[in-house]
Parts: sequence; structure tokens; C-alpha cells
Amino acid sequence: MVGGGGGGVGSGLLENANPLIYERSGERPVTAGEEDEQVPDIIDAREIFDLIRCINDPEHPLTLEELNVVEQVRVQVSDPDSTVAVAFTPTIPHCSMATLIGLSIKVKLLRSLPQRFKMDVHITPGTHASEHAVNKQLADKERVAAALENTHLLEVVNQCLSARS
Amino acid sequence: MAAAAPEAGVPTGALWGLVQDFVMGQQDGPAEQVVADVKSGSYTVLQVVEALGSSLENPEPQTRARGIQLLSQVLLQCHSLLLEKEVVHLILFYENRLKDHHLVIPSVLQGLRALSLCVTMPPGLAVSVLKAIFQEVHVQSLLQVDRHTVYNIIINFMRTREEGPFVEELFEVTSCYFPIDFTPPPNDPHGIQRDDLILSLRVVLASTPQFAEFLLPLLIEKVDSEILSAKLDSLQTLNACCAIYGQKELKDFLPSLWASIRREVFQTASEQVEAEGLAALHSLTACLSRSVLSADAEDLLDPFLSNILQDCRHHLCEPDMKLVWPSAKLLQAAAGASARACDHITSHVLPLLLEQFHKHSQSNQRRTILEMILGFLKLQKWSYDDKDERPLCGFKDQLCLLVFMALADSSAQLQLVGIRALTVLGAQPDFLSSEDLEQTVDHLYRLSFLEEDSQRCRVAALEASGALATLYPGAFSNHLIPKLAEELHRGESDFARGDGSPKCSPHLRCLQALSAVSTNPSIVKETLPLLLEHLGRINKGNVVTGPSDIIAVCQSLQQVAEKCQQDPESYWYFHQTAVPCLFALAVQASMPEKEPSVLREVLLEDEVLAAMVSVIGTATTHLSPELAAQSVTHIVSLFLDGNTSFLPENSFPSRFQPFQDGSSGQRRLVALLMAFVCSLPQNVEIPRLNQLMRELLELSCCRSCPFSSNAAAKCFAGLLNKHPAGQQLDEFLQLAVDTVEAGLGSGPTRHQAFTLLLWVTKALVLRYHPHSSSLTTQLMGLLSDPELGPAAADGFSLLMSDCTDVLTRAGHAEVRIMFRQRFFTDNVPALVQGFHAAPQDVKPNYLKGLSHVLHRLPKPVLLPELPTLLSLLLEALSCSDSVVQLCTLSCLQPLLLEAPQVMSLHVDTLVTKFLNLSSSPSMAVRIGALQCMHALTRLPTPVLLPYKPQVIRALAKPLDDKKRLVRKEAVSARGEWFLLGSPGS
Repeated sequence: MVGGGGGGVGSGLLENANPLIYERSGERPVTAGEEDEQVPDIIDAREIFDLIRCINDPEHPLTLEELNVVEQVRVQVSDPDSTVAVAFTPTIPHCSMATLIGLSIKVKLLRSLPQRFKMDVHITPGTHASEHAVNKQLADKERVAAALENTHLLEVVNQCLSARS
Repeated sequence: MAAAAPEAGVPTGALWGLVQDFVMGQQDGPAEQVVADVKSGSYTVLQVVEALGSSLENPEPQTRARGIQLLSQVLLQCHSLLLEKEVVHLILFYENRLKDHHLVIPSVLQGLRALSLCVTMPPGLAVSVLKAIFQEVHVQSLLQVDRHTVYNIIINFMRTREEGPFVEELFEVTSCYFPIDFTPPPNDPHGIQRDDLILSLRVVLASTPQFAEFLLPLLIEKVDSEILSAKLDSLQTLNACCAIYGQKELKDFLPSLWASIRREVFQTASEQVEAEGLAALHSLTACLSRSVLSADAEDLLDPFLSNILQDCRHHLCEPDMKLVWPSAKLLQAAAGASARACDHITSHVLPLLLEQFHKHSQSNQRRTILEMILGFLKLQKWSYDDKDERPLCGFKDQLCLLVFMALADSSAQLQLVGIRALTVLGAQPDFLSSEDLEQTVDHLYRLSFLEEDSQRCRVAALEASGALATLYPGAFSNHLIPKLAEELHRGESDFARGDGSPKCSPHLRCLQALSAVSTNPSIVKETLPLLLEHLGRINKGNVVTGPSDIIAVCQSLQQVAEKCQQDPESYWYFHQTAVPCLFALAVQASMPEKEPSVLREVLLEDEVLAAMVSVIGTATTHLSPELAAQSVTHIVSLFLDGNTSFLPENSFPSRFQPFQDGSSGQRRLVALLMAFVCSLPQNVEIPRLNQLMRELLELSCCRSCPFSSNAAAKCFAGLLNKHPAGQQLDEFLQLAVDTVEAGLGSGPTRHQAFTLLLWVTKALVLRYHPHSSSLTTQLMGLLSDPELGPAAADGFSLLMSDCTDVLTRAGHAEVRIMFRQRFFTDNVPALVQGFHAAPQDVKPNYLKGLSHVLHRLPKPVLLPELPTLLSLLLEALSCSDSVVQLCTLSCLQPLLLEAPQVMSLHVDTLVTKFLNLSSSPSMAVRIGALQCMHALTRLPTPVLLPYKPQVIRALAKPLDDKKRLVRKEAVSARGEWFLLGSPGS
């Protein structure tokens, strides 16, 4: 499903060889409320952001946070309604990695959030040439499932989701 | 034989025999003897050479090698005895031998190494030796050990700076190893680590400026490579070189070095590379700053800095502020290197940043800019003789304006940076004017009373007040203290009106502000009376005050006491003023009244007394023995005789007799006695100790009030721990043992006797007293006691943990650092045995006791012991007690990481138990269980794969845990399980 996506991975030629790098946010400080057994902590935007900010970019040795592909302000979440929406911003409008990045975010959320959540991963409006097509693919459950059957794609996604050594 | 001097006719026959045994007989022993004889003066080195004579010319290379080996061994240990003339001869001999058979070469090199250590080496010989080595021997193809010898020779000569014409050869043979790429083989008996080699090689490479022209291009090449470790090693080596280089060495390479460092800092994904790049830039700048210039050389520092500014400044001004941070870090790394660099860069960058601040209007952009400015302000640590020379002087008004704007901004983030900047500006001598200071105090006052949601700003404002009050006590006395005093009064009338005082009231803020500024002795003289009067007034008020109000005042007092600990005069002032006042209030409250007053009871509540205990302890630990002796007389006499004459208000309706038949309220004040006597330095004599100890023992078994008996037991234990060994200590101990025996036997005071046993045991365990083992055994016996068993199990926690009020190091208790390890070694076998022998219903007590011991033990000590405890730990996973569960999990987690092979035998049990515990009611247990689920992924993948679907399904549940900290662990554990056996992991 990643149209021409394989071209960038491991081909040695980076599409955007010299990206801007952003500061990493630190670990979320632990509050007294979080340490209190009784107080429930709702799933909030920062918690979702913490799930996805450390995903590795498929072609740079950098995280999506460092490349500003994901930002906390572009995370919408409602714990009571069990919905989450994440918009991501490809580094350049013709980035062929966009679908792959979206897929990695989606898989990370699928593995990390309770099943009750309905999740929507899409490109920040107006930041990619094929925004519509990519969004459509990411929203299609069957295509996402099929993509993960593909060993090569699963390998790249897993690499993006592995903790960086 | 040793008495015979060489000139008295040496029995060289003996020497000849030893030499023959070594060379022809192939025995190693005689070498030691020859060395010893040369050292003792029995023979000279020359005589050894003569005795070797024919073996050195023997046609067999093995024999020649053996002969030279002996000579080299002698030289290695006796080179200091050689005369200059002998050194010359020996070197000529050895140089010649370098032409010999390859079997001989190792011994020849050893000899040269010995000679390279000679201090009496005539000039030029080092060059000659190196020349001979490089001519005759192909160093790169020698065995490792022999190459090592060559490097040792080089290093030894380096110390005498004689590398002369061989710089390039020397560089070639050493630099071919750079960067080190070495992984120690498994079970390496030498224990050489990669870092050892890196550091040793770096010493050689950075040993002489003469390598610069060869080394710097190599370093640049390696920084530019793709390999992370090579980048790091090169940057660190560059850093080391800057310590000995001057601008002559660096001159031709500066542009390339800067380009490489800049690229790394701008683009790297590794924080380590960034840090090393910045450190290298710092060192380069420092090196250029301190280089002594020859008359005709130009100073390279300014052009270098201009170059940096040129490449970085435009990033500071770009409207989208991308790359600002790397640029600022580079500029700050260079500016931090010297006063000149700081001056140069600050004077260019500050105007730019000040302008940028006003250009941007959003708070978060302003925050970034102010944070950068703060970075540059922090670098202004150089001392200037002339005030006007300081680079900041010209910017004073603008900086103050900007900082005050930040403090008044609505963004907490910007305020926070503003507070930090203000602290740094205030620390610049004579920088802030008195008007600035007044404004500063106003801002800090306002910020100290911020609402709960601006907690961080408020804390930062309090810290800043403390820091600035030490420097400008006058400004704070004049402008802040009166406002705080007024606020405190207002709070009192609010109490009087019955307005409840929630946790974060202005009253609390005010107390915190008062203690925060008590950093200067003159301020303490104002704040302490304010706090004590305030305490007296709320005590006298007619309205109900909750314990939390009094506790808040005590906490504030304690912080003041802590701040006074540095200054003996202030500290004594605090002790003399606060301690009698607190005792007076407590004694007053403990007096029997016709009508019971709620307020008095509040003052005697457990937690209020505990807060007072902290104040008294903190105000006593740092007393000098002389001053402590003055106080101890008063306080002991207060408790034994009811002598209240030293208290500020001492007309009480009846006598104070806590140890006699005084009211239960009076007995509770033994906690305050404990706070004082158990905090005294060890060499302060306590008057009437014998009587005091007996009273304490008696009170410790008093049934009516657990608080008083517990305090008495603690006080007794605290004094026992510090008492010097001897007859009196043995007597006290015997008394305690008798009291415990009597109490444990009979029904009503068993709990009190147990508490006393526990505290006395702790007092002895801490000081390694020989009697501690019998008491510990007694305590262990109680684990199977139906009534006291659970308490005994929890008692092990008390034994192993640090107390806050008695038996503390701060309170001068005798605490041996390894007491936990020792307790573990001495008692764990018995605990394990006790567990196996115990009946089923008390087994959990043993597990819990053991858990407490294991839990407090440092991990490195615990790890090697864990495999022997493994079966017990697996059993403990099924225990229903959450303390046992938690401890077991924290023991198993490192074991999973360190010993995956052993653990895979139990994978079935582990998966099942951990998953069960991941839904425990205790949050800590859930977290621990999930961490163990994560650690399980370290086991060999084939062992785990059968469990993967089940585990992934089961871990979906904790993803929806109500606690965020639990979800976080569930996410990382589940993520790892997904990756198991999956492509790309």
C-alpha cells in the first residue's frame, strides 16, 4: 500500500538530507496525583504524544518529535468518548515516507491503547501533496491489516517502533 | 656473604653458577637471586655482563636470547644504579643486538625498555635508540606484547621530550590503532576494557604538540566519518590535545575543525556527540585564548570567534527560530572558555537577542530568547578589576527591563526563566541598583503568593528570594519582612473569624516565604521572633486551629533551622530562642486544666509533636559540645525535676512530672526530650544518665499510651547506641534485656516489650554490637508468635530502614555503613531455614521479614545471592501479602535481566504469576509485575514464542488501567512482546 515507499528506505539517497531538528521534550514529571492509588488519571494529549514522540523516522536517525512530524498540539483525545485523533506533518510536501510514518503511528497506537479507542491518524491539512490518498489508506482497516501481513513493511514498522539503542 | 663488599673479592663463582642455571639450565629462579644480589651491592651490573660472556656469543639463538633475557631482567629492576658511562655502553650493546635473530628481539626490547627508564641518559641517545628500533625492527609485525614494549619505550622517551626527527614514524606506529575498535573476548583473564585502550592511546596521541600536523587531519577525518564511536573518540582526543597545543599547532586546521564541530552539533541525533562537540569547541577556544603569541604572530582568537558568530548569529534571528538552540549552545561553549571569548561573543550576541525579544510578541518565543540570554548571563563569571569593564554593564537597563517584563508576563514558563535570570543578574556584584532591588523584592513577593497551579513559579520565586537575601539582606529586611509580618497578622485575624485555612492558604505561603528568606543571620533575627510570636498567638487564640496550622509553622521553623546550620552564631541564636519556646508551649499544653481545651489537645497530637521533634532535632545536631552542655543541664532537669526556670513563660498551674505520676499529656512530651538528647554530639555528657535511662525503661512499658512508651523506647535506644562500650553500657543493656524478658512473658505489656526489643536491637545492629545477634535471634523467634508474628515481620523493615528522628547519622548516632549487608549475611540463612521449618500459617511472616531485608539491600550486593534464593522467591510470588509481592518482583526483575538462562526454566510459572499480579489492587505491585513482564522479553525468544499470543491478549487489560504510571509500563511491556520474533526487531 505504500506507493513507491520502498524507494527511500535503505537506498542511501535521502529525500530531505538536511532536516531541521527540534528539541526533545523531557520525561513527563510525575505528579502527586499520579502516585495516589485512588485518583484515576485520564488518558490525555500528553500521554498520547509520549506514545508517538519516540517513534523513529524511517530514514533519519531521529525521532518524529525531533523532526516536528508530531506535536502535542496536533493530538486530540477524549478518554470518556474513547476517541483519539493524531495529525502528523511530513517534513516535505512530497515525502514518500508519509504513508509509512502514518502506518507506524497507527500501529503504535493500536498496540498501546485500550481496544475501546477509535483512532484516526491523518496528515496535517495542507502539508502534503497526496494528503487525501494517504489519509484514505490509513483510515482503511483492511488495508492496514494487509500491510502488516507484508514482511518487508512489518520489518520497517517494527524498526520505527523499536527503542533506539 | 652479603657483608662482603664487591671490592673485597667477590665470589664470582656463585654468580657464574646462577647464570649457568638460568641460561643453560632453563630455570627461572636464579634470576631473582641475581637481581637481589645486584641490588644489595654484591655484584655490579658489569660483573653480570662478564659472567654472561660466552652465552651472549653462543651460536644458538635460544641461548643468546636467554642470556639477554637475564641481563634485561636485572636492568629492569636495577636501572637506577647505573652510571651514565654504563648506560652508554649498554645502549650501544643493545642497539647492536637489534640486528640479531628474531627470537632474541623480545629480550632486547625489554632491555631497552629498562634503559629508557634511566634518568642518567646522555642527550641524543633516545633518538639513536628509536632510530635503531625503526631501522632494524618492523614494529607493526611484532607480537602484541612486544609492540607494547615498544610503546612503553616511546612513552618513556616522550617524558624526556626527545622524539626529535622521528615524529612521523612515531605517529605512524601509534596512530594506526586509532580509533580503537576492540571488544574484550569473553572470559578475558586480563580484564582489559575498550575504554582502557582508548584512554591509553589518547595519552600517547595527545602527549606532544609535534603530532599536531598529522593528528589533526586524522581527527577531522574521523569526526566526519559515519561511525558514532569514532566521532566521540576523535572529539575527546581533540579535547585532550587542546590542553597542550598552542595556536601554532591549530592555526591551519581551525576552519576545518570548526566546520566539523558545527556540523555535528547542528545535525547529530546523539546527545553524546553534541556534548563532546561542544566540549571540544570550548577547549579549542580556551587554547587559543591562552596561547602566548610571538611578536610577529597574529592573534587567532578574534577571527576564530568572528567565524563562529558569522555562522551562528543569523540562526538566532530567524523568525521561525529553527536551529536557535544548537547555535546558542555553540556560542555559549566558546564564550565559556575565557574572559576574552566571553566578552567578544556577549558583546555581539546580547544586543541581537535583546532586540529579538522585543521583536517577538509570543510568550513562548520570548521564553526561548530569554533562556538563551540566561545562558550567556551565567557565563559572566570572570572577575574584572574595573566595574565598567564588565561586558554586561552597558546592557544593565535593558536587561532589567526585559527581566521585569518576563516576571510580569502571564506565561508561567516565561516567568520561570525570568526568575532564574533575575537570580543570575543579582549575583553579579554591584549590578542591581537599589531601585532595581526594590522592584525585585516586589516581584518576588507577588510571585511567592501565586495560586496552586503556578507551583513551579512559586517555588522558584522562593528559591530566588533565598539566594538574593543572602546578598542583599537590607533590601529584604526593609521591603519584604514588614509585608510578610502584616500578612501573617491578617491570617491570624482570619483564623479568629473562623475562616478555615485550606492547605494552600496565604497563611501557608507567608510561612514559606519567611523561611525562604532566612538565609542571612540578620534576617533570621527578624523572622524567627515573627514565627515564634505567631505560634504563641495561635496557641492563645480562642478559636479552633487544626493541627495542620501548627505543623506548618513548625515546618517553617525547621527550614529556618536548616538554613542556620552553616553559621554557628545564628544557629545558637535559633537554638537558644526556639527550643525553650517550644518546650514552654508544650509544657503549658500538658498541664491539667479544669476545662479541657481543644487547642491544647491539638498541640499534643502525635503529628504536631512529631513536627516539633523535627525542629528541636534540627536545632540541636550542629551545636558545639560546649553550648550543647549548657542546654542539656536545663532540659534533663526539666524532665527529672520539673525545673521550668529556663522556659520563657514558666508560671504553670501545677508541676511538670512526666516520669512520675504526671498526666498522660506530660508523658507524651518524652518525644521532645528524645528529639533533644538523641541529637547531641557523642562527646556531650548527659547528666544523671543512669536515672534517666531507668525512667525511660519504666515508661517504655507503660500501657496507657502507646505514643509515650514508643517515644521512651526510642529515646532509650538512641542513647544506648551512642554510649561508649564499657561496664555502664553492659548494665543498661542488661536492664533492657530483663525488662523485655519480663514484658514478653506476661500478657498485658507484650506489645510494649516487643517495641522495646525492636528498638534496642536496632540500636545495637547499627553499631555492630556483639550482643545484637542474640537480640536478632529473639526477634526472629517471634515471627512464629501467633500474637506478635506480623508485627515482628514488619519490625525487620524498621531494622533495615533509616529513621528520621532517632538513630540518624545527622544526629551523631553510631551507624556503620555496611550494617545492612552484614545483617543480610548474618541472618538470611536463618530466616530461610525458619521459613522452611515454620508451620503453614506463619510462613508469610518469614517471607515478609525476608522481603524487608532483601528490599533494602543495595542491588549489587543482592544480585549474586539471588540464585540461591530463587525457589523461595518463586514461592513468594504466590503470597497474598503485597509487601512480599512487591519485594519479590523487585528481586526477580534484575535476575531476569542478568540470568535469563536460569530463569527460562521457570518461564511458565513466571508468565502466569506476573500476569496475575498485573491486576493486583496495589498500584506498585501492578507496576512491578509489568516491569517483570517487560524484563521477561530478555529470555531466549524460542522459549517465549509459545506464550506470545496469550501475553499480548492479557496485556491489553492493563493498557486501560486507571493509573497512568501503570499504563506506561503496560505499553512498553506489550510493545516489546509484539516485537518478539517479528521481522525488524
